[in-house]
Amino acid sequence: MRGPVLVLAVLALASVIGLVWRARNGRFRASGGSGSAADDARDARLGAEDLGVTPGERATFVQLSSEVCAACRSTHRVLSAVAATEPGVVHVELDAAQRLDLVERFGVLRTPTTLVLGPDGAVVGRMSGATDRAQALAALASCPRPRRDAAAR
Amino acid sequence: MTSSRPTPSVPTAPAPAPGGIDPRGPRVGAALTAVLLVVVLLLGGGLPATLLLAVVAAGFATGAARGVGGTWQAWVFAHVVRPRLVPPTELEDPRPPRFAQLVGLVITGLGVLLALLGVAAAVPVAAALALVAAFLNAAFGLCLGCELYLLGARLRART
Repeated sequence: MRGPVLVLAVLALASVIGLVWRARNGRFRASGGSGSAADDARDARLGAEDLGVTPGERATFVQLSSEVCAACRSTHRVLSAVAATEPGVVHVELDAAQRLDLVERFGVLRTPTTLVLGPDGAVVGRMSGATDRAQALAALASCPRPRRDAAAR
Repeated sequence: MTSSRPTPSVPTAPAPAPGGIDPRGPRVGAALTAVLLVVVLLLGGGLPATLLLAVVAAGFATGAARGVGGTWQAWVFAHVVRPRLVPPTELEDPRPPRFAQLVGLVITGLGVLLALLGVAAAVPVAAALALVAAFLNAAFGLCLGCELYLLGARLRART
């Protein structure tokens, strides 16, 4: 009678893993949360010298992708569409295998992982896994306003 | 650490994908594999369970060698399932599922190998691990082998 119990236990475990994975996919997480790998990179900034492109005035999506990754392409479409329609937003996609420096520095475990940069290039958070438009816009809403606005007030 | 921090500043997106496959194919295939793995667990141990796990491993071996479209599960999908479905809205890169087939081959192949060497518990352990992966792929579309890819790349870079 051990067989059926084992099967049910394995399927239950897999279901829990799947539900947690699904709930975390693409959700924006601000950096600096306790215990996260992003802690080390709390005050990290990325600039043109890291990315090869000028960061956006409002926000930059730095998408780390790999060729062995199906969700990277749908995420690429979503983020490039957001960058095209939202002013001051730039999307740059990098090959994680060629940018292991960034992968190590930010403790990236999966692809796609998208680092979200604020107006001054500071890393404000990240999204891991397939990202949809609503999640990308929610990440934008979490970015601080450009400094120009603050000065004008 | 093999080199210093600074790297070329030219952004490089991954290479474009070769011809796409219907993403539902690998998921149906994973469901078929999962059913076989459930049977392996229900058989418990002994020769029948080892033989069936070897059949599953052989399926993974064809998938790793010829791509996921070359497996018997893909044949079933193409001839039985797909004719009843609408055409896919989007095609998928064939390399991630192929990489996952290789991961499946390593797990189930080790199980068979250890069983032949006398480690009877290796069959249910390998079948349970592979069942978790196959079930996640079939039910949630989560490809564990694909998620592991970046970890593998990080380890390779360290050594």
